[in-house]
Amino acid sequence: MSVAENQAAAGRGSARAVSILSSLGRFLVIAVTTYLGLLAVTFFIGRVIPIDPVLAVLGDRAPTAVVERTRREMGLDLPLIEQFYIYVKSALSGDFGTSVLTTNPVMSDIRRVFPATIELATLGTIIGAVFGVPLGVLAAVRRGSFIDQIARVIGLIGYSVPIFWLGLLGLVLFYAKLQWVAFPARLDVVYEYTFTPITGFYLLDAAMQGQWDVFYDAYRHIILPASLLGYFALAYISRMTRSFMLNEMAQEYIVAARAKGLSETRIIWGHALRNAAVPMVTVIALSYASLLEGSVLTETVFSWPGIGLYITNSLTNADMNAVLGGTIIIGSVFIGINLLSDLLYRLLDPRTKAG
Amino acid sequence: MSGNPDKQTKGALLEVDDLRVTFPTRTGLVQAVRGVSFSLGRERLGIVGESGSGKSQTGRAIMGLTSPQAQVSAKKLSFDGIDLLSAPPRERRALRGNRIAMILQDPKYSLDPVMTIGRQIVETLRTHEKVSKAEARERALEMLRAVQIRDPARVFDLHPHEVSGGMGQRAMIAMMLIAGPELMIADEPTSALDVTVQLDVLNILDKLVAERGMGLIFISHDLRLVSSFCDRVVVMYAGKVVEQLKASELRDARHPYTRGLLNCMPRIGFERHPLPVLDRKPEWAA
Repeated sequence: MSVAENQAAAGRGSARAVSILSSLGRFLVIAVTTYLGLLAVTFFIGRVIPIDPVLAVLGDRAPTAVVERTRREMGLDLPLIEQFYIYVKSALSGDFGTSVLTTNPVMSDIRRVFPATIELATLGTIIGAVFGVPLGVLAAVRRGSFIDQIARVIGLIGYSVPIFWLGLLGLVLFYAKLQWVAFPARLDVVYEYTFTPITGFYLLDAAMQGQWDVFYDAYRHIILPASLLGYFALAYISRMTRSFMLNEMAQEYIVAARAKGLSETRIIWGHALRNAAVPMVTVIALSYASLLEGSVLTETVFSWPGIGLYITNSLTNADMNAVLGGTIIIGSVFIGINLLSDLLYRLLDPRTKAG
Repeated sequence: MSGNPDKQTKGALLEVDDLRVTFPTRTGLVQAVRGVSFSLGRERLGIVGESGSGKSQTGRAIMGLTSPQAQVSAKKLSFDGIDLLSAPPRERRALRGNRIAMILQDPKYSLDPVMTIGRQIVETLRTHEKVSKAEARERALEMLRAVQIRDPARVFDLHPHEVSGGMGQRAMIAMMLIAGPELMIADEPTSALDVTVQLDVLNILDKLVAERGMGLIFISHDLRLVSSFCDRVVVMYAGKVVEQLKASELRDARHPYTRGLLNCMPRIGFERHPLPVLDRKPEWAA
């Protein structure tokens, strides 16, 4: 390469860095706006629902003077706009108040339950993507074949069968009959006291501490619910992959690739899937985000102490701080994942890079 | 770079006799190509016809790129003595890009949008020849230079959306020529380009084809272009060859369809009202 060419290459590199920085900046603006909107909506919901926070704390037998004092202490006598300001300020500093039900700060509750959900959702999404993408590709490439029919049935079941039913069935078969997996919980009772989680992701924590027996136990507990979530993710991901792939395989550049003499394998996995990967990122990210909301049914069936279970419990106990805190956290994660998938999209599709 | 001498052959490079391509549809069988015959040496053959005349399907059948549900049959379809219809898929694939190549119409759609131009060119070469990455890159740059791209090293790293149509089509030509094919099928290679760059691209194609002594099938609906560019012209109508003649004798064409196509062309200084309309007689297709 000549000097001039090197300079040109360097120039392109820095231009690209600038464009990435500017798009990052744009993303941040979008994220902040969305987040403020989320806070406004949750604040509004918290004010309009017919649950009196004072009543929830004191019970219905407190004397009027105490009720009035508590109302002032909680800042509920202030103008709405001022209340919102305080609400935003404390939410930004991670303070969502105290849970009435658990008497802990909501944030510390969430810190405890959210990793359980993240661990389950991540494993589920990995299972769904690892099996769903190839299944969708095969179904598209051998359109109308036996494997396409199988994929269709798998997708149909995934769309139509309720997850708790499949979960119970799975427990009957794999836990009760075959003993392949452990009972519904995150760990065996024995380990509950000997194992101190650091991050809250038990598989990761056990591996980091070298406690392989705990790792194996955690694995036996998580694998069935994760496979179940994975199956539902797979149903969705494989259907979407199939349709994206059919679309790509009909493009002219596939004809050109064939005219070059490339093998079908290379055309499918190197060209078509590489192009289909661009919209796939969004699909997988969205399915991950929806699992992160905590699937209440799965968490209930498998006694999984995740955020779905936590919010449901709080809701049935009129624990509004916990419900709103949980909602905000889930919303933030949703925003984060959307931004991430947007960035990935940009990375995968060169057409989106230029201004 | 000169074509491999061992690839040289005597006589016809490509022989097509009674080629038929049939598509099954909901309403029955549709014959897109109905008994096309011609033979081709190392010369430039133009195939002309209106949309749906079967000219593109003829090209794709020779490439072996007809869609799988269609049926291709012929009394003879041979390339350099190889019977293409009985050749196993693997052998046909080894021919594609390597000995028979094809240029498609619109570089906007026929280049992979997420792969750099350089990698797409290198890919053709490395599919057919065992060359190191560095050597493949060198040859790709050389090829880009051969299609008159001024700054090959820069274009090598660009994605297809970052270049103009004319440059994209030159990259396409480079991609299809790099393995040194003996037969090139150019399917409307300039129809999607600006008129101003059409001639540039054609001249580059013409020069390279002549230098390498390749056979060329030039598929187009533009009779004027074909007659100025090719040695021989095949005129197709409704899946059949209605006339076959030397490009220089085009003015003496007999068939009313060919005459009709010629009459469609406007001439400077001659205003015509009403504009002529092509005759389409069912007996030509029979």
